[in-house]
Amino acid sequence: MEERFRSVTDLEAHRRQLTAAHDPNRTVVAVCAGTGCCAYGARRLAEAFREEIDKSNLEVELRVTGCHGFCERGPAVEIYPQGIFYQRVKEADIPEILAETVRNGVAIKRLLYSDTEGRTYEREHEVPFYLHQTRVLLAFNGQINPDSIDDYIAAGGYAALGKVLQEHKPEELVDLIMRSGLRGRGGGGFPTGIKWQSCRKAPAADGVRYILCNGDEGDPGAFMDRSLMEGNPHLILEGMIIGAFAIGYPGKPRGYIYVRNEYPLAVERLGRAMEQARQYGLLGKNILGTGLDFDVLINKGGGAFVCGESTALMASIEGFVGEPRAKHIHTAEQGLFDKPTNLNNVETWANVPLIINRGLEWFTSIGTGDVSKDPWGGSKGTKIFALVGKVNNTGLVEVPMGATLRHIIWDVGGGPPPGKKFKAVQTGGPSGGCLPESLLDLQVDFDRLTDAGSMMGSGGMIVMDESTCMVDLARYFLHFLAEESCGKCISCREGLAQLCAIVDRICKGEGREDDLQLLKDLSATVQAASLCGLGQSAANPLLSTMRYFEEEYRAHITGHRCPAKVCKTLIRYVIDEKCDGCMACNAQCGAKAIQGGKKARHAIDDLLCTRCGVCMDVCKRNAIHVES
Amino acid sequence: MENVLESILASHDHQPSALLAILQDIQRSENWLPEEALVQVADGLKVPLTRVYGMATFFSSFSLKPRGRHVCTVCMGTACHVRGAQRLVEHVQRDYGIAPGETTPDLRLTLETVNCVGACALGPLAIIDGEYHGQLSTQKLGRLLKTVKE
Repeated sequence: MEERFRSVTDLEAHRRQLTAAHDPNRTVVAVCAGTGCCAYGARRLAEAFREEIDKSNLEVELRVTGCHGFCERGPAVEIYPQGIFYQRVKEADIPEILAETVRNGVAIKRLLYSDTEGRTYEREHEVPFYLHQTRVLLAFNGQINPDSIDDYIAAGGYAALGKVLQEHKPEELVDLIMRSGLRGRGGGGFPTGIKWQSCRKAPAADGVRYILCNGDEGDPGAFMDRSLMEGNPHLILEGMIIGAFAIGYPGKPRGYIYVRNEYPLAVERLGRAMEQARQYGLLGKNILGTGLDFDVLINKGGGAFVCGESTALMASIEGFVGEPRAKHIHTAEQGLFDKPTNLNNVETWANVPLIINRGLEWFTSIGTGDVSKDPWGGSKGTKIFALVGKVNNTGLVEVPMGATLRHIIWDVGGGPPPGKKFKAVQTGGPSGGCLPESLLDLQVDFDRLTDAGSMMGSGGMIVMDESTCMVDLARYFLHFLAEESCGKCISCREGLAQLCAIVDRICKGEGREDDLQLLKDLSATVQAASLCGLGQSAANPLLSTMRYFEEEYRAHITGHRCPAKVCKTLIRYVIDEKCDGCMACNAQCGAKAIQGGKKARHAIDDLLCTRCGVCMDVCKRNAIHVES
Repeated sequence: MENVLESILASHDHQPSALLAILQDIQRSENWLPEEALVQVADGLKVPLTRVYGMATFFSSFSLKPRGRHVCTVCMGTACHVRGAQRLVEHVQRDYGIAPGETTPDLRLTLETVNCVGACALGPLAIIDGEYHGQLSTQKLGRLLKTVKE
């Protein structure tokens, strides 16, 4: 790699070189290598492409990119310059792709995305899943190689940093972020500008201020941060360097990125990106010759959900267990190693270069409310949601703040799978809540979700149909949180254990008449008496399901049945007349609960049955169903 | 193991603030955290053993028992949960007689669960020896585990 840039002029000269060398008509085969596509075998697919391309003597660049977000249809492959988008590509398809598409420019219909009505779409942006999105943060994810800093620079990367260093004073930059109305994407929605300002103003005798990035994406069902870290790591780094300048210049800003233990690929790609940035002089001493010294270290989490909380995260970086502390003194004044500290989420950092490149007016034109006088006045910019569960198009969805749930789930997500009926959507992970059909026209922003008893959280959006039991779901989140509670506050540690016990007994059909009131009272205590966000919001999934689906709780308590046919003690498996006595279920049943010989209709012994459901999985005649 | 440990401690400059990373390195090298290792870390960093033990038990990625030669991790994230992840766990539990966190007596297989790996589109999902397998049924998982070599 070339020498380091000594000035912004050097950086821009390098960019010009890259753009001049770039041939827009060059054929590129871009294979998505996000975690989702890799699970479908994208790495092997990319290797196979490499071998076939080498054999074919074709002038083709093979590019391994970050996540396209349409994980449902992986592995995804895009062919440039035409921009033809193939999904569910197999190794066997490669010769045909090279012969037809690369050589002749013809799209292969069978590999194109087709909707439920059989319409096919040639280009990625034409596919309804993408057509209805506003992809600005994710824009380059599927186009650039995340391991190549030159790809990022050629796409306009680090231009925002250059602009900032040349044109802005740090204070102006803080003010700009304040006026943009950018709010924390990690879930809390705290205005980023206020955070930056407090940290900049906090006294630091030795000039050390910590600039942290929270990549401890712990909410089950959310993976936008992972996708950004894996797909466009330089965007996050650029945001952080700009933040270091705004908050810590002229002083000694130091950076950390805290990445979840479960994201090894993100650690790998961020690490490589940081190495490249150091070689180019974009990290380290005297960045671009401006006197800004800033470097970043990666810290890998240990698998504790609570470490996504700011003070727990900092304790963990310091080498202690991740227990939160009271914030009588804000972390902006005394955070990591007792120095002024600014912590922002991955997606928040990724927004920073965009705001600078495209300007305040552009950013504030997207979203809800008015932030010109007060950064709390609305929700600006886009938000990435992880749309998962019982929905046709699973994947990452980026839409303007204020988009309705209906727009996200139906226009982008394609609605529930055929034959399934929408029941509820869960937003905000374990701190959020479940919203029913009647709230589908709710505009999704920080404040409206909170009003509805849920929250933005990191942006998980789990769609559920009638086969999801709301009591069981509340039980799932309560057990999750009880397990992840650090145990410091009694209200959270013991309160959650008791909430679990009560909901467990409701799921077993042993609920009592006054249990609902008891749950509400106990929830109020847990909320009021816990120190950190985990405990304070722990009852949200429970309270929101009780608020919107009370009848389902009552069915469990008074009717002793589970309408969704999920809660094990309240259901039984039954074999109907369609059974032809094939013995398949009989052979699989570990509990030996199925009686009946060959060619004779089988029956299930209720007392022996463990409700594992294997019989239903193996039955070819669809003769087994669940009753409650 | 002593030499391995010493080089791990040295690579982190014997800094107590690197305790989490040190334990991660040991687990990567040994596949679990043996008691002697924890004692040596405490000595090497000049911190109380209680602090090392606290870290080792607080973070769910650490194991204080030897783990199997193969590890099957079932994702229990919300998306996997609503698509039946619990049944995958029960299936392995029944077939191999191990609960989550346990290892078969012959040290062949460890069953673990994780609260979401962020591959929600693929749910229900399990990771076998670092490899992701999506859209699993109990049967598919059973077949996969049988193919895992001794």
